[in-house]
Amino acid sequence: MHSFGHRANAVATFALTILAAMCFAASFSDSFNSPTPAASAQILNINWFQKEANANDEVSMTLNISADLSSLFTWNTKQVFVFVAAEYETPQNALNQVSLWDGIIPAKEHAKFLIHTTNKYRFIDQGSNLKGRDFNLTMHWHIMPKTGKMFADKIVMTGYQLPEQYR
Amino acid sequence: MSKEPIRTGEIVVFNIDGREIPIVHRVIKVHERQESGEVDILTKGDNNFGDDRLLYAQGQLWLQKHHIMGRAVGYLPYVGWVTIVMTEKPIIKYLLIGALGLLVITSKE
Repeated sequence: MHSFGHRANAVATFALTILAAMCFAASFSDSFNSPTPAASAQILNINWFQKEANANDEVSMTLNISADLSSLFTWNTKQVFVFVAAEYETPQNALNQVSLWDGIIPAKEHAKFLIHTTNKYRFIDQGSNLKGRDFNLTMHWHIMPKTGKMFADKIVMTGYQLPEQYR
Repeated sequence: MSKEPIRTGEIVVFNIDGREIPIVHRVIKVHERQESGEVDILTKGDNNFGDDRLLYAQGQLWLQKHHIMGRAVGYLPYVGWVTIVMTEKPIIKYLLIGALGLLVITSKE
């Protein structure tokens, strides 16, 4: 019962158990963080708004996106993935979520930002339902930990509307 | 995999016809039908320039619920290396199983 093999097995199992407990403890410490994030988004300009050849509406817009996500960072945070999605309903679809912009925040120092950008990903509807359409801009963030559970949350900003006519 | 509907931002695991290794990427677009609840999904790797349409099967523009095998909910660092090493150098897989088998056989209990 004291062969090299048995001892090696016992040490390895114990080490792995300790490592697993440390991962769990690190992840658990994240639940003590009470974050106070802030975000806002403005549409500066609708660049163009057309119906494509395949009969889907598409819109291009320029946005100001600003946020302060520094309170999300803990010692167990590797990076935060943040994105802004347009969310709306159409007669055909109960929910449409289209990501317009995203970014990776590698550290707390970069978590307070103001971005001036056109939409990174194409805002294309399934069909032609965007004229005059009301939509929300929701900022989502996903906290990627060094180890353990990922947390995600969002701020919903309502009150945006697409033009009544193509342009 | 939980029954919660799939929403943007979630990291999902999916298989493409003809590819053996599943892909773990983030959902960036969701279009969910009114009555049926069926859903069209587009994914993208966070640090990639373009979306995953280049990875999907020929002519496929969207993923559906049945393509999705699961969601990522957390991280355990370096655990994946065990699988990678055992796949790339199968001899290590045989050595490990052989050593464990030897332990069982030679144990006196």
